Amino acid sequence: MATQTLPSGKKKESSWALLPSNKLARREAIWFWVFISPWVIGFLVFTLYPILASAYYSLTVYNISSPPRWTGFDNYVSLWKDRVFWKSLQVTSYFTLLSVPLGIVLGIALAVLLNQKVPGVGVFRTLYYLPSLMAGSVAVALLFSWLLNPQFGVINLFIRNLVGTNGLIPLGWNGPRWLQDPNWVIPAYTMMSLWGFGSTMLIYLSALQGVPTALYEAAEIDGANRIQRFFRVTIPMISPVILFTFITGVIGAFQQFTQAYVISNGDGSPAYASMFYNLYLFLNAFRRYRLGMASAQAWILMVIVLLLTVAMFWVSRRYVYYESDEEGGI
Amino acid sequence: MATTSIEQALPSSKRYMVSKKRQELVIRVIATLICLAGLVIILFPLVWMISTSLKTRAEVAKFPPVWIPAEAQWHNYRDALTGNNRFDLYFKNTLYYSVGATLGETLSCALVAYGFARLRAPHKNKLFVLVLATMMLPGWVTLIPQYIMFSKFKWIDTFYPLIVPRFFGSAYLIFMLRQFYKGLPKDYEEAGLIDGANYFTIWWRIILPLSLPALGAVSIMSFMYHYQDFFGPLIYLSSQKNYPISLGLQQFQAPFGGTAFHLLMAASVVTIIPPVILFFLAQRYFIQGIVVSGVKG
Repeated sequence: MATQTLPSGKKKESSWALLPSNKLARREAIWFWVFISPWVIGFLVFTLYPILASAYYSLTVYNISSPPRWTGFDNYVSLWKDRVFWKSLQVTSYFTLLSVPLGIVLGIALAVLLNQKVPGVGVFRTLYYLPSLMAGSVAVALLFSWLLNPQFGVINLFIRNLVGTNGLIPLGWNGPRWLQDPNWVIPAYTMMSLWGFGSTMLIYLSALQGVPTALYEAAEIDGANRIQRFFRVTIPMISPVILFTFITGVIGAFQQFTQAYVISNGDGSPAYASMFYNLYLFLNAFRRYRLGMASAQAWILMVIVLLLTVAMFWVSRRYVYYESDEEGGI
Repeated sequence: MATTSIEQALPSSKRYMVSKKRQELVIRVIATLICLAGLVIILFPLVWMISTSLKTRAEVAKFPPVWIPAEAQWHNYRDALTGNNRFDLYFKNTLYYSVGATLGETLSCALVAYGFARLRAPHKNKLFVLVLATMMLPGWVTLIPQYIMFSKFKWIDTFYPLIVPRFFGSAYLIFMLRQFYKGLPKDYEEAGLIDGANYFTIWWRIILPLSLPALGAVSIMSFMYHYQDFFGPLIYLSSQKNYPISLGLQQFQAPFGGTAFHLLMAASVVTIIPPVILFFLAQRYFIQGIVVSGVKG
């Protein structure tokens, strides 16, 4: 591992050397590897090996009890022809497109409001954050299936009292059947995910507080009104945070599982309208024991998420403003 | 000449100031009102959850709904948590693996983050980019081989798959702790090295005690995740004696509207109490954790 032992020891190492030749630097580097060894082992055993193994399994028929049998790209071909697979992709994309932008807009809007020297900001911050403590848990999934119940649910009660046949404004609309109507399932899941928007809001609130007041003052002197200041100062200044929440939001939305599993009893009902991508993956893997097929689904998911992430970074280059950082990025 | 022009300008600028102040006040009032209205909407589901948990079965099905139950049915809580649903056991199981996983995760992340934050070595930055890249990786890609691996170890229906992998760090928490460590002055290492300590001693005796707030934030985030995790237990735990609360709750759901919502809500309230208490006790750490993750993202 040690390369040329140059007397000066100054940056003359081969760029592949893992350890520098200088004695002190070398000791430090050895300690570095000792400290990060848990992660290195974890990465090799629980990340790298599984990724490669699932690539292999995706090319086989495998049901755990008998050894995997090589079938080439058969799994991918049958997924291509599988209507439920396409449906699951569509359900997940629809959910992502609806929930992520709405969550961001809501988060920014509320953060901006709270940033207007509202009295008791601390209390608001705490209480708005509270739901996101439990969002995504089984308790919340079951709570919302109760709130969204078409007959006895409170949400439809409000709708009926507002615009129902005998409501305040009698438009005769008694509310949708939410989780039982294929057209309303995804809006219902979106509502559930928006309920936990408090954590995103906190991120924006702290980002807003980091925008230098001098910029607003300068803009005001130049005659910019509030709306102009918001779009020309605030948004560009917090754009890295928007990008961050957007990317993590998309990745998160693509992995939606718990609520759909709990609410639909694991079958993606009604009419596959809640057959999220990972729910179908789960069913193939752990209900039908088609581990090869599920591995193919997992790989497709990885490629999709990877492409989306790269695309988001690439598109954002033009729009995201980064302050120069002497540390050089990350 | 100059003075007169200033005096002429003064009243109007004063008026401008006053009108601006008034405008700001109006905006503050409107903002506060909207925030309050939002709060009512956001907190309503929780209030409804508690209200339902105290109703009789008949009150639950009543229409229009009963807002406040005629008589609080506190025994719902006893009924929900005992009997077929062994919630005492579920709680014990959940705590057992959550605490194990949290300890492992905090310890390993504290080690790894120290290496990345404060020690110099060739290729360190490239490796750290790899750490960050694993954050973007959907966990589902590694799921099936991991499952096969654990089933070969005969670890299915044990808590090992939920605890052991946590001893090898997790990207997000490593990132958070690294941010914190980087903020500490470099003098600690120099002083320690001069005194003849090695890096491990420096980490253990100096850096760790200094980073207790950050470790608090990380362990709370870790605990909250494992406490509520549904997916891991769903896959790895199969016998009821190993069930955590997330799987226990799911058992309440009966097909065709047969679910006993009053009992289900009572059990749900109980399961969300520990995170809520933890949150109020350690609010500062929470907020710190979230804010660090976002702003430096």
